[in-house]
Amino acid sequence: MSTWLTAPWPWYIAGPIIGLFVPALLLAGNRVFGISSNLRHLCSAFAPGKLEYFRYDWRRSGLWNLVFLSGVLIGGFIASHWGTPHDIAISRETRVALINLGIHDFSGVAPREIFSWHALLTLRGFASVVLGGFLVGFGTAYAGGCTSGHAISGLANFELPSLIAVLGFFAGGLAATYFILPHLL
Amino acid sequence: MTAKPQIEIAAPGNWESKPVFLLVYLLLGLAFGIALTRSEVLSWFRIQEMFRIQSFHMYGIIGSAIATAALLIALIRKAGLKSASGETVSIPKKELGSGVRYGLGGTIFGLGWALMGACP
Repeated sequence: MSTWLTAPWPWYIAGPIIGLFVPALLLAGNRVFGISSNLRHLCSAFAPGKLEYFRYDWRRSGLWNLVFLSGVLIGGFIASHWGTPHDIAISRETRVALINLGIHDFSGVAPREIFSWHALLTLRGFASVVLGGFLVGFGTAYAGGCTSGHAISGLANFELPSLIAVLGFFAGGLAATYFILPHLL
Repeated sequence: MTAKPQIEIAAPGNWESKPVFLLVYLLLGLAFGIALTRSEVLSWFRIQEMFRIQSFHMYGIIGSAIATAALLIALIRKAGLKSASGETVSIPKKELGSGVRYGLGGTIFGLGWALMGACP
C-alpha cells in the first residue's frame, strides 16, 4: 500500500480534493454537496409523523445523498483501519492547553477520556456526546446546512446565508471552546 | 420548529433510480470518507486546534476546498455544462429571509461542533 493512502494528508492536498466533490456531484446529477440534509432524509424515511418538514419524496430528493453518506461511512471505516495508528499531529500549544484541561490520552481521533462507553456516564462524556450531538443536529437543521453544505457548497457559490451561518459556526465554536469546555473538562 | 423547508433540492428525473448510477454516488462517498479521514478534519483534536487558532491546517483545508469548488463551479457555469443526468447544472440559491435562522442555527451548530468535535 503506497504511503499516501495511509499517511495523513497535508492541507494543500486535502483541501482541493475535498473541494472537488462539489463539481463532481453537480456533474453527476446536478446535486448540491451537503451531508446534513441526510438527517432530514432519514427522519422522512423512517419517522415522518405528521410534520410537514418531513413530508416530501425523500427517495427523489435524497436517496442519492443517503447512498453518498453510506459511502462516506464505509470509506471512513476502511481508511481508519489502514496503516498503523498514530497520534494526530496537533500543534504543541494545543497539546499543552488540552493537558492543562486534563486531557492525557492523545492517541486516536478523539480523547478516550471523553469519548468512550465508560465516559458516557460522566458529565463531560455525556455533555460532549449527547448535548453536543443534539446541538449539532438541531443547529444544522435550523441553519439549513453544516460545514459541507454552508461552508463549502454555500461559500463556493458566494451565498450570503451561508456566510452568516459560517460566522455562526465559529462564534458558537469559540464560545464553547473558551467558556464551556474549561468548566466541563 | 417553524422554519420552512429550506434548500428545496431540484428534482432531476429518474436518473438516480437506476442502480448503476447510485453506484457512482457510493464510490464518490467512499472517496470522500477516505479524504475526511486522511485529512483528519473529523478529529476532535484538530477541531480544538482550529478553534484555538493554533494551526493553519483546518483553515487551509476549508479555504482551499472553497477556492477549488468556486473555481470549478464558475468554469462549469461558463461552459454551460450539463450533468450526466442531462440537466444544465444549477445551484438553487438559499432564501435569506431575516437571516436569523442562519446566524442562530449556525451558532448552535458551532457550540455542538466544538463539544463533539465532528460535523455531519
